[in-house]
Amino acid sequence: MIRKLTLTIAAMIGLLLLQAPLFAASGSFKEMIYDPGILPPIDSLLKVKVGDTAPGFTLPAVSGKVISLQDYRGKKIVVLSFIPAAWTPVCSDQWPGYNIVESMFAKYDATLLGLSVDNIPTLFSWTGQMGKLWFEVLSDFWPHGQTANSYGILRSTGVSERCLVIIDKKGIIRYINVNDINQRPPLETLIKELEKISGKK
Amino acid sequence: MKNNRFFKPFLAAVVFGSLLFLCGCSGSRQAVDKPDKAPIPAAGEQLPAMTLTAPENALTRTYLGLQNDAGQTISPGEIGGDILLIEIFSMYCPYCQHEAPTVNELYSLIQSDTKLAARIKMIGIGIGNSAFEVGIFRDKYSVAFPLFADSDYTIYKDIGQVRTPFFIAIHNRGEKKNQIFYAKRGSFGNPEDFLQILLDLAAR
Repeated sequence: MIRKLTLTIAAMIGLLLLQAPLFAASGSFKEMIYDPGILPPIDSLLKVKVGDTAPGFTLPAVSGKVISLQDYRGKKIVVLSFIPAAWTPVCSDQWPGYNIVESMFAKYDATLLGLSVDNIPTLFSWTGQMGKLWFEVLSDFWPHGQTANSYGILRSTGVSERCLVIIDKKGIIRYINVNDINQRPPLETLIKELEKISGKK
Repeated sequence: MKNNRFFKPFLAAVVFGSLLFLCGCSGSRQAVDKPDKAPIPAAGEQLPAMTLTAPENALTRTYLGLQNDAGQTISPGEIGGDILLIEIFSMYCPYCQHEAPTVNELYSLIQSDTKLAARIKMIGIGIGNSAFEVGIFRDKYSVAFPLFADSDYTIYKDIGQVRTPFFIAIHNRGEKKNQIFYAKRGSFGNPEDFLQILLDLAAR
């Protein structure tokens, strides 16, 4: 009985310590990042799968443009990078990394669209701290999270999952990664998938 | 039996209390991290022990003065030179990206003087970056000094989870070996001025 309880306590302590993720905090954001703490890794149910036609959307971008997924049909492979929220730890470290691999996306004839349920003013301020981004950042703010919801990645708290979706030139979903919201998805996996889908080495 | 009757409720209370405490902590990353957080490196302190992997490139190993084969584990103390300047960076950090040309300028400045080149060695450690990601940063900014990956955040945790970029300079020879004489977050400013600051601090 005592041994069982001791083991249970030890296991729980171990689990709680293991789940504390780390993120590389860039000095760029100084003390402006809000730390939401440890969140449930995934909190939604996908409504799409690989092989499906990607749900379309038309959303306003920070650049002032209005972007539709349809715009890229037959022209570019599209990578959708949904991030949960501006001014939070992992998200603030994800897109700046993508910002220095434009040439890799170009190599695979792909483009990147960043999506968040934040509104345009918030995204404008936040992405402004990252320097000039080469990709469009879209606001899925209103109707709130409608695009995220159409993919089945809107969490119960109203933010999206940290999710990567690759859509080929025919508009078909070829890759989905609903990542642990507390961690940054590995870049090499995304690049390998682009290599595979584009058929380019 | 009698003791056990008292002990079981007591143990249950301890378990319940522990769970309440742990659940409370898990709601906040800071609360979980703080007790384990290593101190941020500071001048006068010793550089925490860290393990790096000897680079694949033979020229890089020569620059570092390593006798080790590629892939072997090394410590900063095995690197040649009197002074070792370490840049803690991340490929994902916009500030590090912005500072990369300035850091490269410092490296070129050091390398342009044979004596300084032998005396001061520079390395970068990409926290939370895989070798692939470190390679992207190296290629993007044409970084000529060796960069290492800290993909599992081991080094990051040992140096107090500093914000990036963060620069640490240590004595790497003599009786002060491994002692930090410069540790600061953010831009070091003008490379020429910074080099002079480093040399002055090292001479103290």
